[in-house]
Amino acid sequence: MDLATLLPFIVNVIVGGLVLGFVYAIIALGYTMVYGVLQLINFAHSEVFVTGAVVGFEVFRVLAPSPMNGYLKLLIALVAAMAVSGLLNVLIERLAYRPLRNAPKLVPLITAIGVSLILQDLLRIIEGFQGRFDLTYTLPAGFSGKFCAAQSSCAAAGDFLRTVGIDLQLKDVILIVVALLSLGVLNYLVNRTRLGKAIRAVAQDRVTAGLMGIDSNRMISATFLIGGALGGISGVLFGMKFGTVNAYSGFDPGIIAFTAAVLGGIGSIPGAVLGGLVLGVIQNLIGVTNVFGSLLNIANLESINASYQRIGAFIVLVLILIFKPTGLLGKSNVEKV
Amino acid sequence: MKKSALSLSILAALALGTASAQTTVKIATLSPLSGGQSDLGTQIRNGAQLAVNEYKAQFQKLGMNLQLVAYDDQADPATGTAQARKIAADRQILAVVGTLNSGVAIPSSQALASSHVAMVSPANTANQVTDRGLSNMNRIVARDDAQGPAGANFITGNLKAKKVYILNDKTAYGEGLAKEVEKALRAKNIQVVANEGTEEKSDFSGIVSKIKLQRPDAIYFGGIYNQVGVFIKQLRDAGIDTPVVGGDGLDSSELATIAGTGANNIYFTTVAAPIDALPAAKVFAANFKKTFNDEAQGFGAFGYDAAKVVLQGILNAARANGNKVPTREQVEAAIRKGTFTGLLSGRVSFNSVGDRTAATLYVMNVQGGKYRLATRIPVKPARQ
Repeated sequence: MDLATLLPFIVNVIVGGLVLGFVYAIIALGYTMVYGVLQLINFAHSEVFVTGAVVGFEVFRVLAPSPMNGYLKLLIALVAAMAVSGLLNVLIERLAYRPLRNAPKLVPLITAIGVSLILQDLLRIIEGFQGRFDLTYTLPAGFSGKFCAAQSSCAAAGDFLRTVGIDLQLKDVILIVVALLSLGVLNYLVNRTRLGKAIRAVAQDRVTAGLMGIDSNRMISATFLIGGALGGISGVLFGMKFGTVNAYSGFDPGIIAFTAAVLGGIGSIPGAVLGGLVLGVIQNLIGVTNVFGSLLNIANLESINASYQRIGAFIVLVLILIFKPTGLLGKSNVEKV
Repeated sequence: MKKSALSLSILAALALGTASAQTTVKIATLSPLSGGQSDLGTQIRNGAQLAVNEYKAQFQKLGMNLQLVAYDDQADPATGTAQARKIAADRQILAVVGTLNSGVAIPSSQALASSHVAMVSPANTANQVTDRGLSNMNRIVARDDAQGPAGANFITGNLKAKKVYILNDKTAYGEGLAKEVEKALRAKNIQVVANEGTEEKSDFSGIVSKIKLQRPDAIYFGGIYNQVGVFIKQLRDAGIDTPVVGGDGLDSSELATIAGTGANNIYFTTVAAPIDALPAAKVFAANFKKTFNDEAQGFGAFGYDAAKVVLQGILNAARANGNKVPTREQVEAAIRKGTFTGLLSGRVSFNSVGDRTAATLYVMNVQGGKYRLATRIPVKPARQ
């Protein structure tokens, strides 16, 4: 096999990994935001994310017959998913975490797992009533097509991508744009606004922030709202990208996104994004190691294939945690006495 | 005071009277009713329920009140085994329809073996399920070593493929099936590019890139429809139209729904005759829809057939026992030795280890989201 066929392959594997990484990244943001403020791993986040995916499915399903512009449909789906997932997350915090705020750390963790299981079967029942299990997205026409088809105005860009051999679909590009936009808005919200300042203050020291006149319960609710809304966005993007979700789809991406958050340095927003992207690319590269193995005639590499992509990603995580326990971009907590 | 005591004793006598006239006889289903595979497990339970409804009157005539109790194994071997112990403890349960997963059937049937509770599986295909030679474990579906070669024959004979890419879902089912296919293909000197396992349920971009690079003539995927459907969708989205072949795990109407516009060029082997090919199946499907407000799928039909085997077995044993409730041992023997008719998938009888003596494998084709019968292959188990 020559370089001309191999190069597009490698490029595609990396690009595919990056697209996947953006989905992980934005789910990871949900984990990292909540952890940053409460030092709690919100294991129910994977179901908050699936709820967003389900809302997105329902919006696309209901709007499918209407001749409305595809992007408008997507916007409605995103806003609806953000609202539902955000409010759900606030509700979870109010009912399941706030009453346990002063309990030992293990207790809210167990509640989180319990909430996650309850939500799974709740979603299953709600969709089951309508005779549905696997929810298959009906995307607006064209969304599944290649990015920059010949007749469109960006034909030149499309031609370039094809010559390099990159296989991008329109929905991949939409996914990256939406992910970057939400990241930008989140960054602005946390670093440039009064709300963000208050949230950061609560994250740093809840008691002292309270003494300074910040209503820490409200700020925690706001954090859950933002984290849930991000979960909603990622759910819609996930459904769009992979085409189908069911009530139990959240577990796998949830675990990987959580890993991404830890890999990047849990509590750090850029860390979550970096962790997601790194994990996406690593997974995809490990999945195709056998191709390189057979090309280079290294028998040991030939047996490393898609079976190992999860384990590989977790090995990378363990290695990083051994050599840099705070994660890629995490800062260590300096305890002042 | 006296009056009420009298009426009480009359009531008690009446209650006793009905109790002795009506003995409760139960059969159980053991399948996942919660969790990711609950869709298939519920089909099995509902199919069995239809069979029980049908046979209620016959049992009534013998003075037996027939009931179905559904146990949830959550597709998990440990949970399944614990449930099997509960089933063994309930003396009214004479036999079990189950399970969905081979990995659950193996330990559960072991747990039921000592108390001689017969099990008829509507779904397990792993060789090991019956290879252990337990006296209580039977199945009405073809084994991996029949289904695998059938798939491989179809790939070489009908699809004329020279280069095949094999995937599996890393479960006892998918991996076992993929291994059998690989063995059969290698025996025919067909190039097998890979036999890869993947637990991934949503992202197949890496595998799709590899397939694009290696250009196989056919792809075999040993897995369940919800995973394979997503894979096919992404494969077709990437512009690859290579035929995808699979086992009975693909036998679900959801497969075409998930694959969407990509639901083309898909083939799978199954022991369930296509519902529109059998008049009896049509009635069953209509009944199923009416009773459960859900479309009947392959596993619903298997559940129905397996329950019919169990119920006819109990009736045979009861007749031999002078129309009295038979013991579990008698039921176990009656099921292993009997011949059962009136089933959707044809006549059923078992060999010495509980495999179906003759079964037909159907190869179904999905084209444009529609399921059609491509061809049928007669199969026999490894031993008689």
